[in-house]
Amino acid sequence: MRVALNVNGEPREGDLWGGESLLYLLREGFGLWGTKNACEQGECGSCAVLVDGVLKCSCLVLAASCEDCQVTTIEGLGDDPVAGAVQEAMVSAGGVQCGFCTPGFVVVMTELLKRHPGADDEEVKQALAGNLCRCTGYARIVEALKRAQVQIA
Amino acid sequence: MPEMVRGVGASVPRPDGRAKTRGEFEFASDLTAPGMIYGRTLRSPHPHALVRRVDVRRALALPGVSAVLTASDLPGQAVYGLAKVRDQPVLVGVREKVMYEGEPVAIVAAESPERARQALGLIEVDYEPLTPLTDPVEALIQGDGYRELVIRRGDPGAQAPVVVKGYYEVGQQDQAPLGPEAGLAIPSHGGREIDLYVATQGLHVDLDQVAECLGMERERIRIHLAGVGGAFGAREDISMQIHACLLALATMRPVKMWYGREESFFGHVHRHPARMWYEHGADESGRLLLVRATIVLDGGAYGSSTRSVVANAACFGAGPYRVPNVDIWCGASKTNHQPNGAMRGFGAVQSCFAHEAQMDRLAARLKIDPVEIRRRNVLAAGDELITGQRVTGSAPVDKMVTRCMEIPLPPALDRAAPAALPGGGGYLADAGRVRRGVGYALGYKNVAFSGGTDDFSTARVTLGLSGGKPLARVKSAASEMGQGLVTVIGQIVRTELGVDEVELMPADTLVGDAGSSSASRQTWMTGGAVQGAAQKVKSELLRRAGPPAVELGEGCVLDAEGIPLAPLEVLLETPIEYEHEFHHRPTQALNENGQGDAHVSFMFVAQRAVVDVDLDSGVAKVVQLATVQDVGRAINPLQVLGQIEGSVAQGVGLALMEEMRVSGGHVLNPSFTDYLLPTVLDMPEMISELIEEPEPLAPYGVKGVGEPALISSPAAIAAALRDATGLDLPRIPVSPAELAGIAHLAPDPRVVAGQRPLERVVPARVLTPVGEESGDGVERGRILERG
Repeated sequence: MRVALNVNGEPREGDLWGGESLLYLLREGFGLWGTKNACEQGECGSCAVLVDGVLKCSCLVLAASCEDCQVTTIEGLGDDPVAGAVQEAMVSAGGVQCGFCTPGFVVVMTELLKRHPGADDEEVKQALAGNLCRCTGYARIVEALKRAQVQIA
Repeated sequence: MPEMVRGVGASVPRPDGRAKTRGEFEFASDLTAPGMIYGRTLRSPHPHALVRRVDVRRALALPGVSAVLTASDLPGQAVYGLAKVRDQPVLVGVREKVMYEGEPVAIVAAESPERARQALGLIEVDYEPLTPLTDPVEALIQGDGYRELVIRRGDPGAQAPVVVKGYYEVGQQDQAPLGPEAGLAIPSHGGREIDLYVATQGLHVDLDQVAECLGMERERIRIHLAGVGGAFGAREDISMQIHACLLALATMRPVKMWYGREESFFGHVHRHPARMWYEHGADESGRLLLVRATIVLDGGAYGSSTRSVVANAACFGAGPYRVPNVDIWCGASKTNHQPNGAMRGFGAVQSCFAHEAQMDRLAARLKIDPVEIRRRNVLAAGDELITGQRVTGSAPVDKMVTRCMEIPLPPALDRAAPAALPGGGGYLADAGRVRRGVGYALGYKNVAFSGGTDDFSTARVTLGLSGGKPLARVKSAASEMGQGLVTVIGQIVRTELGVDEVELMPADTLVGDAGSSSASRQTWMTGGAVQGAAQKVKSELLRRAGPPAVELGEGCVLDAEGIPLAPLEVLLETPIEYEHEFHHRPTQALNENGQGDAHVSFMFVAQRAVVDVDLDSGVAKVVQLATVQDVGRAINPLQVLGQIEGSVAQGVGLALMEEMRVSGGHVLNPSFTDYLLPTVLDMPEMISELIEEPEPLAPYGVKGVGEPALISSPAAIAAALRDATGLDLPRIPVSPAELAGIAHLAPDPRVVAGQRPLERVVPARVLTPVGEESGDGVERGRILERG
């Protein structure tokens, strides 16, 4: 079956089988490899994208349900100044090690900063609790978010 | 030499950081090649079975399927493995036995992953299920084991006025790197050569095994490091490497293989589960007189790195203390569980949990403060270990304990703030029923390879011009997995050569072996190789410059006063290239009594955990984790702290939630839904201090940093939980049921501390409700000894 959607501002058409996830379509279909596949059960947040502006685990979204949707992936955040602040802070604060979880974190952190730029510590932790990182112990990711908050304020 | 702004000692950001934050860093699972097809693995659903028949005809007939391979198609050696004697089948063949659930039986290559999955479903395999051997003690009694190691020192039969005994268990932890196993194999020259791009910890370690199993000369195989999404030990063993190459050679197409999360749980080794029987004896002042222990590790179906894990569990089995009389027996059994092997901490994690619980037990018996009893026994430089080895390097353990104590405790529990209680936003806890506990633990472990292994690494440094400016290029086969070796290498080159621009060339097997990124060894070993190569380049630069040039800095050659004489550019019309092979000092194999100068150096760690426990629900929260770690010299303090904090996170996981639950040889929770990993909400405040006492003979005085904080953090958290609840808690991960006092672990009665498991006594024990047996392992240990 075919599905027409908009990804990072560009119209795209996917050729897929009915059970295919949006994650699979983005990666294998469109070659957008920045969105990561780490658990396929919505537990780790590595595949976080925005679908019509709403944060989703793309592994849990059926690609077939995305007809006419606007999808934003990590690649689509390229020139966004809020994302840029997050990306810079993640590197300087030490929030990146292996980097496999990083695109998902950047998508989630950027979405939080836009939706609720003044989030306090508890709100920040709640917002990041859907993303797993196996390398950092999270402290420096939280620190990066705080630095980005200051940067964009 | 002059300080470089981005040189050794500076918290330089990662060179790959920007690409990683933008989704542009290519991980192994992101690779593609023209004409690429997809490989998948058929795995046994049985933990133990005889393969009677394999019929691949229907799978091969499926359109879009390019190849289906079984054991009868193997062109080379049929087994691989990390042990010298390879023992793990590439594929289990007809009339052979499956030894663990998930063991590969066939592989397919097809036009799409979905088509490959369908093909797996069409392969017919007749299994005759066999009864799996799942009890590690029973396996040893039957003689099914990989290694038995005894450490005997002083008088093994020594007596002490105060003796405490205990039984302890550690569950099976998964490394759970976020990037699953993945790689891409590309054949060339009519199948006479092949390139493999793979996420691995050791390129040359893989090369040896791939070459044997393909029946190809090593020179015809090039293995390239693809982006590695974490490893923590899980990528020391082969996963898809050989399979992808076999499929690529069979089809003459590029073949990509990647595991989903469930397959990943079956596709790599895990941390050895352990059962441990301990007996500690001391005098009335708390001075240790004896340690007797039996440590049983479940090695699972194949050898992997189990022999080395046994050595570590035993060598560090009494902790960083002076002990005159020791009798430790450590063995690993062969069972029908998944093979166990390397995970961060590598044997030292298991025994630390036991010896630290014993130290607390001894303190309680003697009514001595738990910190004080450790103080009275800690190792210092010049002391002898239980292996008879004298610590010739730094061992600032007493100072570390002091510093750990000085770290401020967290504020008292705010009982009016529900989010601060165990369970957090779930509002689980009755604030009045929450108890705080504080616990301590010390740990230590070797750096780099031990026991007589000639441990070395190779690096090549080329200094030339790029756009008219000096550019240093470094070639090494060392694996960057996220730990930050790429940053460290750049810092070392800048410091040695005084140039700012350093480029790391792709890591592959076209340069000499760097050994695997394991045992916290790469900063020392590959750092040493890079330093050595850079120093040869420096000598050549100074030779070219001639007197009075004696030093490099800020892109110039300098005289003895540090005055610039000439920019490097004028000396680099011809590039300078040197390679260096760095070896650490020789070590010895342990003798029949486990004595010998087996290790090159030791990393020590002291930790204090603060926890809150809801006594009703048994839900616990780690509030603070203070770490003081002996790092020798921090090449990059930011990265060192990142390693410590990441270790603590994995320690929180092992203490409270992470365990592969296995029943009858079947893994019950192979997913991130059911295998719980700490999230940001599970993490405590982490305060970490680095003790920098340079290690003699190591480049820049470094030690390793990757493992120590995972060795003792589970033990410290368990101690804090005991302090909060008054319970024994002899097993990690500690479950809420145990913390609420409604379940406890009954000791395995078949073994006496210090002795090899010999007798068949009673069947395996399980978690039993309180009341059926007393929870006190001390008493039962005595009864058993009389019997």
